[in-house]
Amino acid sequence: MKPISIKNNQSIPRSSIPEFSYEAFFALNTGLVAEKPEIHCVNYFGIPETDGIQLICCMADDLEQVILISSCKIQPDRILPSFSAKLFCFEKFEREIHENFGVKYSDHPWLKPVRYPIDRADQTQQIANYPFYSIDSEELHEVGVGPIHAGVIEPGHFRFICNGEQILHLEIQLGYQHRGIEKLMVQNRELSRLVTLAESIAGDTVIGHTTAFAQIWESLCGFKTTREIDFSRTMALELERIAIHTGDLSALCTDIAYQLGSSVFGRLRTPIINFMQEWGGNRLSKGFIRPGQNRFRFTPELAARLREVLDAFTPDFLEMNKELFSLPSALSRFERTGVVSTEDASAIGAVGMAARTSGVPRDIRTTHPHSLYPELRHEIKVKRHGDVYSRVQMRKNEVIQSIGYLKSMAANLPTEEPIPTLSAPGEGLFALSLVEGWRGEICHCAVTGSKGELVHYKVKDPSFHNWLALALAVRNNEISDFPICNKSFNLSYCGHDL
Amino acid sequence: MLSVTLILLAALFFTGIIIRTKSLASGRKGPGIMQPIRDVLRLFRKGTVYSETTSFVFQLAPTVYFASVVMAMLVVPFGQSKGVLSFNGDFIFFAYVLALGKFFSIIAALDTGSSFEGMGASREALYSMFAEPAFFILMGSLALLSGHTSFQEIFASLHIGSQISYAMAALATFVLLMIAMIENSRMPIDDPKTHLELTMVHEVMILDNSGFDLGLILTAGYLKFALYGALIVNLFIGVIPYQYAISAFFGIQFLMAVAIGLIESFMARFRMSHNPQFIVVLTSVSLLIFFGVLLILQKFI
Repeated sequence: MKPISIKNNQSIPRSSIPEFSYEAFFALNTGLVAEKPEIHCVNYFGIPETDGIQLICCMADDLEQVILISSCKIQPDRILPSFSAKLFCFEKFEREIHENFGVKYSDHPWLKPVRYPIDRADQTQQIANYPFYSIDSEELHEVGVGPIHAGVIEPGHFRFICNGEQILHLEIQLGYQHRGIEKLMVQNRELSRLVTLAESIAGDTVIGHTTAFAQIWESLCGFKTTREIDFSRTMALELERIAIHTGDLSALCTDIAYQLGSSVFGRLRTPIINFMQEWGGNRLSKGFIRPGQNRFRFTPELAARLREVLDAFTPDFLEMNKELFSLPSALSRFERTGVVSTEDASAIGAVGMAARTSGVPRDIRTTHPHSLYPELRHEIKVKRHGDVYSRVQMRKNEVIQSIGYLKSMAANLPTEEPIPTLSAPGEGLFALSLVEGWRGEICHCAVTGSKGELVHYKVKDPSFHNWLALALAVRNNEISDFPICNKSFNLSYCGHDL
Repeated sequence: MLSVTLILLAALFFTGIIIRTKSLASGRKGPGIMQPIRDVLRLFRKGTVYSETTSFVFQLAPTVYFASVVMAMLVVPFGQSKGVLSFNGDFIFFAYVLALGKFFSIIAALDTGSSFEGMGASREALYSMFAEPAFFILMGSLALLSGHTSFQEIFASLHIGSQISYAMAALATFVLLMIAMIENSRMPIDDPKTHLELTMVHEVMILDNSGFDLGLILTAGYLKFALYGALIVNLFIGVIPYQYAISAFFGIQFLMAVAIGLIESFMARFRMSHNPQFIVVLTSVSLLIFFGVLLILQKFI
């Protein structure tokens, strides 16, 4: 028996997903990763059923551009051997299954709940007494940071074990932001509410998550997007990438106390988000993407305006980068700080920008292209060193790349065409959507019931994998370099906590 | 008395000028020059909140810290005019009375029991320890050169005439300026603007202080800056008449504040592990001055 292979944004009858015994399921999925480095796990989750739990594992094959789906039915009281003991990239997924259903693993190296939702399987575990990894030593000391953040960003607890200024170990405990997005997705029936929910998964990746939701919904409804819709989404994704990357460059400069970079990049972000306001009426792109609609046409006037904005943006952006990359004091902070090796990045299944800076070429725009990406022929930018410097450079390179895409797209506007109406979602379907947000691979999965209603919805933000990359990156670094390491990843708390 | 008055006046504007320079350099208008003083006055009108884990040490420390800076201020002369206190070896008193204040701020930080403040305290202790030899070798060389051991006599008898003494004055200015930066936790050693506790040195130590106590600590910081500025000015104004000396004092203080503002605008701060290295460099610069003095005194062939 083989797993079923589907394309990105394809929906299939749920019954067509082959069901394996746990042993075969285990051998199949761990075998896939082990034999082919181009295969990685994009989602692995359980769906509660009357007679047990159906585990669904989605493995993306980046070479063949397909996603391999397999399933397995288990009873929650059975103690299972864990995937994580063999391959670390399943670690978070298995912890999530453990948290949701109380599934026990015999050899999971780090079996703690990911979050503490109100309907967790084991109510005796409290976030207040989270079992942190600790060390009994006279010389080493622990530093706890959070969950209240010194800045005004989101809550998360970071527990360092340090030898003086040197970090030996970092454990990141999140979950304080849990809002029950996945549950709300199933409880709500109105499409308008569902889209708004998808927009709120991570406030800095509004376009990314909403695109994933829209694509999945359209796929379930059998809706074929028009070129105009694809155009708007691709454009908005790239604009979001430019805006956030530029803002991150500003924040990185702030963290090394480089005031010039901080204020110039900060200023440069504004015209980009202001352009989103001109186009879609909201600087953070809320209300921009709706399934089966193209709410805001990209008119020739907007194209002229965009060219104006980019022509003013590009020279300043390049000049500031030149300044930054030739400033010795800045380079001395960035270089060789927070290194994630290629082996570590691929072992933990890192995705997106963080993976690409460590030499792992993962980019949905090339490997599972959607919307207009097949035409853009995106070339994956890869860096090898995996340090903060690479992540800073990667941001610069991606911004320049995205500006190129925007310019070429603005020169070739789609013609207006009638948009077909959106029907109701089909019955008993399974759909999966992958989108390359600015942070990396976003994966949404949906399952519909007998009336076409959503019975299960699963969101995976790239931060889900990449938080662990941060924890590994700061090992043996100075504790005072933690903030720039953290900022260089700029991971989402709420995207992880859902 | 003259020096005390001048230092107080300079302290009023010093931090404001730094902040204004930084604002202008980043294309913003920035707050008024007197804003830091207004902030302090506001703090002085507030009550203080004490954490339950702290003891009397924490409550005592801000006052001791402030008093130590005021004491240090009293021994600083101004050209020909003596400080309020002047005696042989008063530069040693100057250094150690400041160290006493620092000691209290360090134990107060430890008293809070916070891991952040402990880290900040250990950093602060390390950096002042490294900065100490630089100051003493510098002042010792000057004492050797002039044959006196009190601030006023040393500065009054410094004659900047030959080329080698110009070079020495430049080096001494650099050393004092950098010690002032370290003592006041400015860039590139520390970033006073950051919100990231893990990277702070001085700021993290005073996280638990509030209201009146915080006002005292901030005021002491402003005074300290002007204090070191006054020492630098003293290198140059030995025998100059007062009317020029006073304008030179404000001119140099102003230039120093602008220079600090510009440094903080156009460079990134050091990596924490590079700080000790940088501070030890100051000691070697002081050693250069020492050798210069030996050359002048012809004790060195």
